[in-house]
Amino acid sequence: MKGVALLVAALAKPETVLALDAPGWTDLLSIAKAERLAGSLAHGLDGLVMPDAARRVLTAARANAETGRTHALWEAEMARTALAKLGVPIVLLKGAAFVAAGLDAGQGRLIGDLDILVPREQLDGVEAALLSAGWEWVKADPYDDDYYRRWMHELPPLIHRDRDRMIDVHHTILPLTSRPKPDAAAMIADSVALENGLRILAPEDMVVHAAAHLFADGDLAGGLRNLWDIDRLVREFEGDGFHDRLLARANLHGLKPETERALRLSAKLFETPIPPELSRLADRLYLNRLMARDGWGRETRPLLRLAFYIRSHWLRMPPMMLAKHLWTKWRK
Amino acid sequence: MRHSFDVQVGPIGFRIGSAWSQPIETMEFLYAGYPRAPVPDYTVRLEPPRPWRRLIRPSVSIQGDHVLPEAAPLPLAQALLAAEMGMNLQVALGERRFLLLHAACVERDGRALILTGESGSGKSTMSALLGASGWRFMGDEFVLIEPATGLAHPFPRPVSLKNESIAALTAILPDVRFGPLLRGTPKGDVRHLRPDLAAIANMAATAIPALILFPCFGPPREIREVAASEAFVRLTQASTNYVALGESGFTALTRLVTTLPARAIDYPDTATGIAQIEELWSGL
Repeated sequence: MKGVALLVAALAKPETVLALDAPGWTDLLSIAKAERLAGSLAHGLDGLVMPDAARRVLTAARANAETGRTHALWEAEMARTALAKLGVPIVLLKGAAFVAAGLDAGQGRLIGDLDILVPREQLDGVEAALLSAGWEWVKADPYDDDYYRRWMHELPPLIHRDRDRMIDVHHTILPLTSRPKPDAAAMIADSVALENGLRILAPEDMVVHAAAHLFADGDLAGGLRNLWDIDRLVREFEGDGFHDRLLARANLHGLKPETERALRLSAKLFETPIPPELSRLADRLYLNRLMARDGWGRETRPLLRLAFYIRSHWLRMPPMMLAKHLWTKWRK
Repeated sequence: MRHSFDVQVGPIGFRIGSAWSQPIETMEFLYAGYPRAPVPDYTVRLEPPRPWRRLIRPSVSIQGDHVLPEAAPLPLAQALLAAEMGMNLQVALGERRFLLLHAACVERDGRALILTGESGSGKSTMSALLGASGWRFMGDEFVLIEPATGLAHPFPRPVSLKNESIAALTAILPDVRFGPLLRGTPKGDVRHLRPDLAAIANMAATAIPALILFPCFGPPREIREVAASEAFVRLTQASTNYVALGESGFTALTRLVTTLPARAIDYPDTATGIAQIEELWSGL
């Protein structure tokens, strides 16, 4: 076994690492860092016999994830305080939601920016409240700013001037130019309150959001981490007809094909428990894209990556708009 | 990678991969006598920024587990510098087991002297000179403080000598310990000095921090006490992972500045500086 397959095996079946030699461990750790899954790996391999150096690397990764968790929860609390007087529902998304709700998907997970979802009609008030609480614009470029406001699913990113932490304020989960039109109002209406008043998406929506992020918005760079999120979420929520509710919900958001693809690929790589499904021809391409990295952490398969990069733009915008956008960007 | 090399420095192992043989051969020379790292903590890759730049006007981009997006590639003649910068970068951005202080460190009688300051303050030169006169060299780039114990762990990499200090040390130390002279790098002329055998042989031996110095090369001789509060702030600025460590970093740094004396020393030449250090050390 080599390349990303080492990481996939170690995540899905931790005991496979017992057979690794020193070069195998070296590759595994480099790949885990490159895929930003070292903390998750550390959590999964806890208690197993391994070389001292590997234990050191994984201990550092766990410490890093633990500090990240504290930072993420603190940023969420800061956002809650800043927006408290508006009385708007604040739904935490992705990593911050996983750790705030204590989900398995949050174990060892690296968390970048704070992502929140708020009702679109409240966006102006939310923006003003964040600005007055110390967040500032990151992008000064008027074209980018206008682009975000007209076509994106989020405000242009804001950064806090003292804490240097970024917040992404979403009003839906996909760019407005994407073909699928998720029902953001339904997502907020069915979100679940945490003890501190912050909210997280309903379990089904959480999985649909992860699938949307993976297959409808982006070029699958770092996609393995999203797929691992999906595996953890599905395992935690499965039973009591979760699968049927999930697909019904995906259908409501126009994201059934993406959700089904996420489940098929996750089952293929991590043996995520789902009812048996026939794999599609295109799944092989997605898998090859997800696994495009070697033992030195280098990206491989440049043409396939380029194809997925082009696809990501194709998905985001109708052709004429894309042409205009690229022309504007190219002239800058 | 076509060429590779791994090395253990103190508690940290590195794997260096290169598209060219030359940087690996230089590193094998510069790290002669160091143990190997069978499972390294960090990977550094020296790669051409575009495939054709391996052969045509070869240029080295620093990649690895952790990278800075804005880091500019270096010419192949400076590949050794690229490798060293890449190793520093991995530690600076990735290390969580230790509180990292950008500082030089030497040891005597089991106690560590920490020298920290801006680039140009003379910490590399001073630590190399002290290493040649009865002290054990522990490192000139990072001091690794273990939060649980407060102990300083050695990280004795080759000393990066710059500009005038190159001549000062080549005059007193054997040729075999020096790497190639790299002219016209972003830091001026650079030449690496391999630590002596004792520093390499004892690189697992920790030391108890005993004195923090903030040297400043240039002004007339002066010694000034530095309050714990000032030392704290200056060391947070000298640490690449203080924020990332969270509470354990705060505790480790607080203990360091409240239990150790800290002094700022101005010195017009290295002989004066060494004399000031010996004077302060004997008064501890």
